[in-house]
Amino acid sequence: MPRNPLLIAVLVFLAFATAGVFSLRARHAPPPELHGTLLEPPLPVRDFALSGGGAAPVRLQDFRGRLVVLFFGYTACPDVCPLTMQRLASAVEQLGERAAEVQVVLISVDPGRDEPARVHDYATRFHPGFVGVTGSDEEIRAVATAYGIFYERSAGSAASGYLVDHSASVLVLDREGRLRLIVPSDVGADELAADLRYLLGR
Amino acid sequence: MRRPPAQLALALLAALAACDGAREPPAAAGPAIRVEDAWARPVPHAAAHGAAYLVVHNAGAAADRLLAAESEAAVAAELHRSRVEDGVWRMRPLEGGIEVPAGGSLALRPGDYHVMLVGLRRALAPGERFELVLHFERAGRLPVEVQVEER
Repeated sequence: MPRNPLLIAVLVFLAFATAGVFSLRARHAPPPELHGTLLEPPLPVRDFALSGGGAAPVRLQDFRGRLVVLFFGYTACPDVCPLTMQRLASAVEQLGERAAEVQVVLISVDPGRDEPARVHDYATRFHPGFVGVTGSDEEIRAVATAYGIFYERSAGSAASGYLVDHSASVLVLDREGRLRLIVPSDVGADELAADLRYLLGR
Repeated sequence: MRRPPAQLALALLAALAACDGAREPPAAAGPAIRVEDAWARPVPHAAAHGAAYLVVHNAGAAADRLLAAESEAAVAAELHRSRVEDGVWRMRPLEGGIEVPAGGSLALRPGDYHVMLVGLRRALAPGERFELVLHFERAGRLPVEVQVEER
């Protein structure tokens, strides 16, 4: 046993300091089960006013108080967009009653061909609570750029017309409309549901 | 020499039959190319696009190639592949078709290889079936039934 009072003081100090560091870590570290990339602190992003199923424009601030899950896709996309929308629907359904606290919004990256009603109708095919919106080329380009989303046209066939390449990630905004989580395309519905539950729980 | 056309035709038929016989695999082995689990997502509107998925098995000793597809259900049926490159979904038509390795299989599935049904002539309702005709380099024309279902 150490007899030296100074040594005892140092040991006691170290014990408290270590405990303090660990408790700080515990409070701030993301849970190990998070699958998307958490933005810490959340990133404020600009609002948008786009056209959806109704006459009034759809704004991000309409969903204040809810988590907003954003996906940028288009209705003439037959493969990956239905795949992603289905994944989002499945994740939201797993939340049970808390699904009402999450709003999924599909923003069209094909404003040239996607009419507002068409995008909204497409989105609601996957879940009745989903919202689909579009806007002018300029509006969509400005929103996508502000949210870090890439898209560009690529050549299709005479029958299909052009195709659109677009970011595969899904964005999750917190209840204050700040960008909180970036979810890559290989994160499955169950994993996404777990991430949403984590964000809802805070 | 009195009826040369008929003789010629008979000779040609015999030659064709011989060719066919030579090209066919042994009867016990069955056809080299087999397609299973062909399905498509429901699409509620005509004129929209859809996608069909399936698995091709090649029991033969030689590789084959899926070259093209067509369907009465759509204006065009194109072979495409979706891939994520640097976080971006890119879907590209496959001009040269897709190889089906000898003794192996080829899976057309969501987010990867698929048949894009361009300009559906009618809505695809769950539970429906439609015919998709696949064209292979060696196996030739192969019609398959596609099941419309949510997955």
